[in-house]
Amino acid sequence: MEYEAVIGLEVHAQLKTESKIFCGCSTRFGESPNRNTCPVCTGMPGVLPVLNRRVVDFAIKAALATNCTIQRRNVFARKNYYYPDLPKGYQISQYELPIATGGYVEIVVGGERKRIGITRIHMEEDAGKLVHEGEFEKAHHSLVDFNRAAVPLLEIVSEPDIRSPEEGGAYLRMLRDILVYLDICDGNMEEGSFRCDANVSVRPKGAKEFGTKTELKNMNSFRNVERALEYEIQRQIQVLREGGTVVQETRLFDANTGRTVSMRTKEEAHDYRYFPDPDLVPLEIDDEWVERVRKTLPELPLEKIDRFQKEYSLPLYDCQILCSSKNLADFFEEAVKLHPNPKGISNWIMAEVLRELNREKVDISETKLKPAHVASIVKLIDEGTISGKIGKSVFEEVYRTGESPEKIVEERGLVQVSDEAALEEIARKVLENHPKEVESYKKGKTGVIGFFVGQVMKETKGKANPKLVNEILRRLLSS
Amino acid sequence: MDLKNLTLEEIAREIREGRLSSRDATEYYLERISSFDGAVNSYITVTEERAREEAAACDEEQARGKLKGPLHGVPVGLKDIFCTKGVRTTCGSRMLENFIPPYDSEVYRRLREAGAVLLGKQNMDEFAMGSSTETSYFGPTRNPHDLSRIPGGSSGGSAAAVAAGLSPTSVGTDTGGSIRQPAALCGVVGMKPTYGRVSRFGMVAFASSLDQAGPITTSVRDAAFLLGVISGHDPKDSTSVNVDVPDYLSFCGREVSGMTVGVPEEYFIEGMEEEVRKRVEEAVERLSSLGCRIERIRLPHTDYALACYYIVAPAEASSNLARYDGVKYGYRTESYEGLIDMYMKTRAEGFGSEVKRRIMLGTYALSAGYYEAFYGKALRVRSLIKRDFLKAFETVDVIVAPTSPTTAFGLGERLHDPLTMYLSDIFTIPVNLAGLPAISIPCGEDGKGLPVGVQIIGKHFREEEIFQVAFALESELGRARVVDPESTAGEGE
Repeated sequence: MEYEAVIGLEVHAQLKTESKIFCGCSTRFGESPNRNTCPVCTGMPGVLPVLNRRVVDFAIKAALATNCTIQRRNVFARKNYYYPDLPKGYQISQYELPIATGGYVEIVVGGERKRIGITRIHMEEDAGKLVHEGEFEKAHHSLVDFNRAAVPLLEIVSEPDIRSPEEGGAYLRMLRDILVYLDICDGNMEEGSFRCDANVSVRPKGAKEFGTKTELKNMNSFRNVERALEYEIQRQIQVLREGGTVVQETRLFDANTGRTVSMRTKEEAHDYRYFPDPDLVPLEIDDEWVERVRKTLPELPLEKIDRFQKEYSLPLYDCQILCSSKNLADFFEEAVKLHPNPKGISNWIMAEVLRELNREKVDISETKLKPAHVASIVKLIDEGTISGKIGKSVFEEVYRTGESPEKIVEERGLVQVSDEAALEEIARKVLENHPKEVESYKKGKTGVIGFFVGQVMKETKGKANPKLVNEILRRLLSS
Repeated sequence: MDLKNLTLEEIAREIREGRLSSRDATEYYLERISSFDGAVNSYITVTEERAREEAAACDEEQARGKLKGPLHGVPVGLKDIFCTKGVRTTCGSRMLENFIPPYDSEVYRRLREAGAVLLGKQNMDEFAMGSSTETSYFGPTRNPHDLSRIPGGSSGGSAAAVAAGLSPTSVGTDTGGSIRQPAALCGVVGMKPTYGRVSRFGMVAFASSLDQAGPITTSVRDAAFLLGVISGHDPKDSTSVNVDVPDYLSFCGREVSGMTVGVPEEYFIEGMEEEVRKRVEEAVERLSSLGCRIERIRLPHTDYALACYYIVAPAEASSNLARYDGVKYGYRTESYEGLIDMYMKTRAEGFGSEVKRRIMLGTYALSAGYYEAFYGKALRVRSLIKRDFLKAFETVDVIVAPTSPTTAFGLGERLHDPLTMYLSDIFTIPVNLAGLPAISIPCGEDGKGLPVGVQIIGKHFREEEIFQVAFALESELGRARVVDPESTAGEGE
């Protein structure tokens, strides 16, 4: 029997507000432990939460960008459970009345578009962090850092519309891109500012009923989400094929082994005793508020991809890569403005620029590279001033130093030799020095021309105009 | 100067006009505390040194021609539920026996800004759960009118201190009657304002949707005066309401003739003490003779108030008290094996039995599968009770009723009978559920010389009308009597 997977993803996105969701403490990452705390976010007796309205702005942005309906009346609820990183013994979240419901995110998988439904988006506070003295199991004691406690989060829950790990990855990346475009989350899975849990089940292909699902946790990269889904789908299919049944449980992904292991079963699940938080009054969101936020929405990733395809006549693949980061897309557009060769510039960004960025794991904004640099290099090549090969070495230096390409080309005398007489002189010499190769060319092994071109380039230290060299060599060889 | 029979307002005036120093006023109360509080146990912490320093600072400032505010140099007491920066705040619990807050509650901040001198933190039922101040980890407070009796609760320390002249005034909190009931049983004035009138910031939470701070004083004018100081919008409390605070004092002395007073049938029940009924009915007569129109009214859902309250309040409490886990501050058990053991032992040892009972009640009421049957239903009953009052207020200006069905009962008499104990608040609880303001003022004594209180309930944010009626009635019945506890000890029975 053939099986298909049914996947829903739950994302927790940390919001980039200056201050926490219910107090004025800073949300800055990397401060010394418990520096960003106050009586409110450490749950001292008698203190009260006051909602940071920027969090609501951000949530509205996310809701609009994912085509959700914004709920006018919002109620915060308490989710009660005990853990040392949860200072009040409850998390303030939204339960029955979340801020947004019923939206979708459009993804592109294998060139096809697909909509993944969004069930709900709600606002809540993050917990603190436990630091265990030594290894977890043997630790004598643990320390609590409340810097992260009450940092605002959005929980974004998808419909079970995802059918493969690949779709899961595409959805997650698209959602991340959207939030980063909105400038409300930095989307960093490794640092935990963008986290994902998955609900996975399998069913016979074509069946309408859902199978029993498991919940996957502890996947801290896009790749690991895909790996965990892949493993879990196969595991469940295996269980069913062997005549067993899938147990409803929470499973942890182990990145070292690539497997998922059982953490707790349904029977052990918490009863969170949700109830409306009496310390916070219901939040009413009116049209005016929504419209004010709507005006601040930027062009979203998929809109940008569409526009790039039309405006620059680029292949879909190029557009997806360029638009995966707003900064990269902006960089591209700036460069094209300065030198209107979209495909040329796109090629350079996708090959040379991204290689450097990936190698250093940095964002384009963190480098010395400017759009004008790339525009100049492509322009110098297009105009025949330098060769593509020289272009690459110029780029490396520009990337390293931030100097202008023109200056580097000029200072290092890299201007391409297009002087026909001079090149002919060199070409003659090369042919004279390699009579054997000339012989075999004349016998019909015309491919050897590449060897001659290479020799001329070598003589000219790569500065010769390769097209011209080719022409000259052919002429000389055929005479 | 003997301050015993002076009102807060009078003490403030004596100091302001230079006839009394803050230092002398403070010493007067510190001395009374050291003479009488051994018997009454109305204070958990007496902030003697701090009070002397603050008083001296007030006197110096005044000598330079500066006054801090309307309470300049006036000594005050505070229920030990209000966080005070640098002064331990126990909430009557072992859990917070050594907790020293790094922040002030908004109520105390306003008192301090107004120039008040803090005498100390007053005894209360643990986490304000109780009606007799017997559940305090720091021992029971005794009623100054009869030391064998309880003072009521949970603000029993505050009411007893004011009744015994151990502080000229106090601020208490009222979740189901915790200001009004002890005020009634100790023969003083206690005012619970409209929910949202006074900031709850820094006031240790019991049941967030019901808790409200208010004054305990020896006169209606003092209650009006003090409420004016502590009320008003606070951005740190989202439930505090941004409405203007009227000049309450200006309503004391206004004509009440022509006002309509509602008397609810449901508040004169089987089982209440006959003399309490009589005193309250006499008070209603007085209002009638002052020209008020008396109207018999119905509040049909009153019967369900107690049941509703004992779902809503414990449910909120079970969540509010979850933070006392031994991790961050407060009590932590001595030895434990791992996290769960630390939680269990800390909470088993840190909380008393009434607190544990309510945490269990509330946890149960919120549990999956029971939420709708208990909490959900309680919320619906709560809105019916509120609707009863709103309907009554369509025809009446204020409602008059007994504060408590009995006068002060004996120490230990109800401690192990929670249901009877809970009945002490049967007339006060509906007011909290509806979020309304109400005052309790003395209206005479029973045969044993124990004080009886009458409750005046007003419309939302119309505290001034309550003061207007209460002042008129107080003028007829006489002001609260401050007693020396020793002289009355053992009387009655």
